[in-house]
Amino acid sequence: MNLQQLIKQLANDSTESLSWFLPEIVLCAVIMLLLLVRLFDGKQRLDLWFVAIAGSVVSFLFSQPWLVCGGGVERTEIFTGLLVIDGFTIAVRSIILLFLVLFLVFTKISGIPDSDDSPDIYTLVFGATLGMCLMVSSNHLLMIFLAIEMASVPSYALAGMLKGRKRGSEAALKYAIYGAGAAGVMLYGISLLAGLTSSAHLPTIALQLAENLGTMSGSEQLVLVLSGLLISVGLAFKLSAVPFHFWAPDVFHGSCAEVNAFLSIASKAAALGLLVRIGIGVGYVPGLEQEVAQDVEAGPAVVAGLLPVAEEAIEPIEDSVEQEVTVNEALQPVRDFIGKLIALLAMITCTFGNLAAYSQTNIKRLLAYSTIAHAGYMMMAIAPLMSSLGSDYGVAEGALSGLLLYIVVYVFMNLGAFAVVAFLRNYIASEEIADYSGMIRSRPYIVICLVLALFSLVGLPPLAGFLGKFAVFASIADAFRATDATYLLVLLLVGGVNTALSLYYYLRVAKIMVMEEPAEGVDIEQYPKAGLEAVYLVAITLPTALLIFFWNPVHAYVVDAVKALIS
Amino acid sequence: MSALISTIIFLPTIIALGLGFMPSKKDEDGVNDPANKNLLLGITLVTSIVVMLLTFVLWTSFDSESGAIQMAENLAWIPSFDISYLMGLDGISLPLVLLTSVVSVLAIGASWSINKHVKAYCVLFLLLMTGMLGVFMALDFFLFYIFWEVMLLPMYFLIGIWGGPRREYAAIKFFIYTLVGGVLMLIAILMLYFSSDVTELAQHIEGDVTAEVVQAELGNLHLHETTYVAIADNVNNAAAGEAVEPIHTFNLRALASIGQTTEQFSVTLQRWAFLLLFIGFIIKVPSIPVHTWLPDAHVEAPTPISMILAGVLLKMGGYGIIRICYPICPHGGYDLAYLVCFLGVASMLYGAFAALAQTDFKRLVAYSSVSHMGYVVLGMGVWSIYAPEYNGDYWAMGITGAMYQMIGHGISSAGMFFMVGIIYDRVHHRNLAEFGGLYGKMPRYTALAMGLFFAGLGLPGLCGFIGEVLVVLSVWNFSKLLAILSAAVVILTAAYILWCLQRVYLGPQYNGPHEEEIKPINSREFAIGGTLLGLAIIFGVFPNILISRMDDTISAQVSDLNTWTQKVKLANAEDAEEAGEAEEVADDEVHAEEADHSDSHDSEDAVEGEAEDAVEASNADRSEPAIEQLSALAP
Repeated sequence: MNLQQLIKQLANDSTESLSWFLPEIVLCAVIMLLLLVRLFDGKQRLDLWFVAIAGSVVSFLFSQPWLVCGGGVERTEIFTGLLVIDGFTIAVRSIILLFLVLFLVFTKISGIPDSDDSPDIYTLVFGATLGMCLMVSSNHLLMIFLAIEMASVPSYALAGMLKGRKRGSEAALKYAIYGAGAAGVMLYGISLLAGLTSSAHLPTIALQLAENLGTMSGSEQLVLVLSGLLISVGLAFKLSAVPFHFWAPDVFHGSCAEVNAFLSIASKAAALGLLVRIGIGVGYVPGLEQEVAQDVEAGPAVVAGLLPVAEEAIEPIEDSVEQEVTVNEALQPVRDFIGKLIALLAMITCTFGNLAAYSQTNIKRLLAYSTIAHAGYMMMAIAPLMSSLGSDYGVAEGALSGLLLYIVVYVFMNLGAFAVVAFLRNYIASEEIADYSGMIRSRPYIVICLVLALFSLVGLPPLAGFLGKFAVFASIADAFRATDATYLLVLLLVGGVNTALSLYYYLRVAKIMVMEEPAEGVDIEQYPKAGLEAVYLVAITLPTALLIFFWNPVHAYVVDAVKALIS
Repeated sequence: MSALISTIIFLPTIIALGLGFMPSKKDEDGVNDPANKNLLLGITLVTSIVVMLLTFVLWTSFDSESGAIQMAENLAWIPSFDISYLMGLDGISLPLVLLTSVVSVLAIGASWSINKHVKAYCVLFLLLMTGMLGVFMALDFFLFYIFWEVMLLPMYFLIGIWGGPRREYAAIKFFIYTLVGGVLMLIAILMLYFSSDVTELAQHIEGDVTAEVVQAELGNLHLHETTYVAIADNVNNAAAGEAVEPIHTFNLRALASIGQTTEQFSVTLQRWAFLLLFIGFIIKVPSIPVHTWLPDAHVEAPTPISMILAGVLLKMGGYGIIRICYPICPHGGYDLAYLVCFLGVASMLYGAFAALAQTDFKRLVAYSSVSHMGYVVLGMGVWSIYAPEYNGDYWAMGITGAMYQMIGHGISSAGMFFMVGIIYDRVHHRNLAEFGGLYGKMPRYTALAMGLFFAGLGLPGLCGFIGEVLVVLSVWNFSKLLAILSAAVVILTAAYILWCLQRVYLGPQYNGPHEEEIKPINSREFAIGGTLLGLAIIFGVFPNILISRMDDTISAQVSDLNTWTQKVKLANAEDAEEAGEAEEVADDEVHAEEADHSDSHDSEDAVEGEAEDAVEASNADRSEPAIEQLSALAP
């Protein structure tokens, strides 16, 4: 293969890839637009929010969430295997972009950022979103790192969005330092993994591992485990999983509720998507036969893998179903390691988040710990996925679709909660829970929306939060039945206990707002009665309350989304 | 397929949503304008009366000769999880549905003492009604769980907003206890669901297996039509040697059938599932050691909510145990019978002693609930370990007693709480030491109270008696010690109730505060109390009204479980015995039977059939003795 051929091939590959990459391209275009428009005088006349919202809607439409219906999306590697497009990518990317649309509407109503700041802030938001979209589609260690940084760096700046506030600056600085540290550790882990397997392309890594796992020396295995642990540090930081969660309460406390909503939802969804990508990427080789054929023809894996080793690794196992089974069986220890590691992290994260939330007096800190706990619940779905990926596709599919359902539900309930916090801040300039007391007298609709969001977060039927939890717990129970692994039973029990644990602190907020007398010195009456805010809150809360009636289509959708990923 | 059941369940929700848009005229403190209050409560009352009338329609159109599910409504709801919207009635749920609708009407009638935030109160009350009615009629485990949990939120706010001084503590305690029970239940539900496969139920069908054949065979399970098709496919594919995917189910009847006729639920699974479900249910019952939420919740709740709590909510626990625990996890029920009975008797004793020690009128009534619900748990637990020979009749009697006790207690305890509420509204305290002499000041009220408290005491001729006697009789053969203890509780009950009546109503004079407030009861209060007392008398004198409706369902369920006992437990026990005494010359007949057992499938079926016949025969006789005993007992 000479240079000319290579270039030609790359050019072909890139043009083909672009059609899958449209949402990201739109995001880039909006960023450029937001930056450039200010060079001209039109700024005073044009509210850049409209540019942003138009861009986000177009980007959402280009993400084509409907493609997934019927399981019609084949796994496709684009840009020479750097990124991968499949139902899962499309679904999570659509969720993130849909959230972006809802988020922009939210910021417009709540008034932060104001029109002076908005170009800067929206540029950062779009940049972070771009990174998140890349996170859920990355298929290559280098891409993983770049995507995480792309998503994180704008977030650091966003955390300090309220200029001139000590707490905001503190939050931003803390976030940046933690983030830099975690990224460094993760990069170290990535380099170890790439060095050990001579590749950075995830499926190639998986093949390498499958071949060499049995013959690895003790020290090599140690390095492999170490690289897994180090990479998990970086992911745990993004997920705010214990023990790498310390930034979360402080950052949430210091930055405004709008940024909290963005960090707690979009960022979490992307991090979970990436976790699934890495877990499946390293622990499982999907649709082996077709891919082998493709790889040998077009050689993207070779290009991406930087070394031609992959080709030899693939050759012997070509077109043989039995050997596919062997490859994926050989990876079982890798999956078990990932599954157990994540199960452990999930249990600790969930329990710690719920317990720490008890003593909080600030609603944003409370919701920060609640976010940590929910990251734990969502991570729980990875354990059944990993434990049964090679043996029982039905279970794995259930786990992954459960996770997706949880993410969809989580978008609405957490956004509802943070939206209420932001709106109430505009009224009473306070985010202390005690100042919310008796709020139901003056703003019943807002309070009812918050109460529904909170009980949905508890996971109380018939609210949507329950359905997410049910789907995740069901997949754990199913995996336990299929594999009889005790840790899954423990995981299920811990999840159940945590649901009961979490009730108290959510209930306390509801109790203060509904049952107590209005706080002294908080005069909410002087503000106009709910207008757009109420409409927005109802629009966000309704899906939470009514999903139980439309569960089946949503469930069918998420099942379709994960089909091509692992079958 | 009529939608009567769905109408009954969701009518309150629809009205509640409508009420949400009604104007609410309140002053600074949240006290409603009287006209506005009357309008809101009036709408709620009318709604509950309509619901009650509709449940009367259920009552009259119910075929009491059939033990099967009636008036079933079945829609595919979430096919991807095999969840269907399955509602139906049988003899176990019908009396409880009626109890719910009647107590709801009376509780709304008692709600005129509520003055603050009436609109929110009515909305929450109606949502609560939907939850309660739904629990008793849902036949899909998932649906049951949803309704079970739906009640929590309205109940939490009803106690927490309109309750007494420690209302917030009581409400949160209630919520957390029940949620913990709910989570345990959810884990058990998931374990059972994923272990189930309805295909096996149809595998014995011979010849051409089509969806119609399967439906004819398994129609009484009320699976969804698409499920029958899937089962037929599965059976045919399996016969052709192809791999088949299991068809999981949440259908309560199908799960029960799987639990009793197949080995899909292992003994260990059944024991654990039974335990988890049982804990979830006895939290609601409540039985010791998880009863501590009840005195707080009862005492702090406003009167109408106390009536609902005692009259309806506690029954859900008992209903769940009868409907779910025993049929689905027979191994658990059989093996843990002593635990269940012990908890029942312990609750009875503990509740009675605790009631004796109370100085708060309402707390006394609350502990009497713990004691009375102990009978329910005991009656259900009386199953199995009849040495040397097994007799399922006593269990049927125990369950009938437990059901009757639930209805009786629903009426008498709602009445007792209402009586406490009446006096509390007037004098604003409940200190037993500061009452006395009400007989002279409020004669009609005192007469009602005496009647209702005697019903709670279990005086013959009133509703409390039948259930207690049936339970105690059935226990006698199970364990004489437990029977003697539970009979002794009757004396304790008499002690605390009579002492309470003496302190509150008798005596020369009232010696507490607010004496000037004591006025005779008004006609609304009299109507509610009178209705309850009337029901207590009717059900005390004519127990057959209820028993005839429940009997066939209970005997069907018990006979299924008896068959299971004969086939699984007793046969195994005999096997074990035989192995132990292999050298000795065993009884010829038994031996021959045992040999048959292990020989071939066919002969096993034959034995099965024999056992079934025997059980059926005994069941045919069974209803007779129960009725006979009853007629001997009733005055």
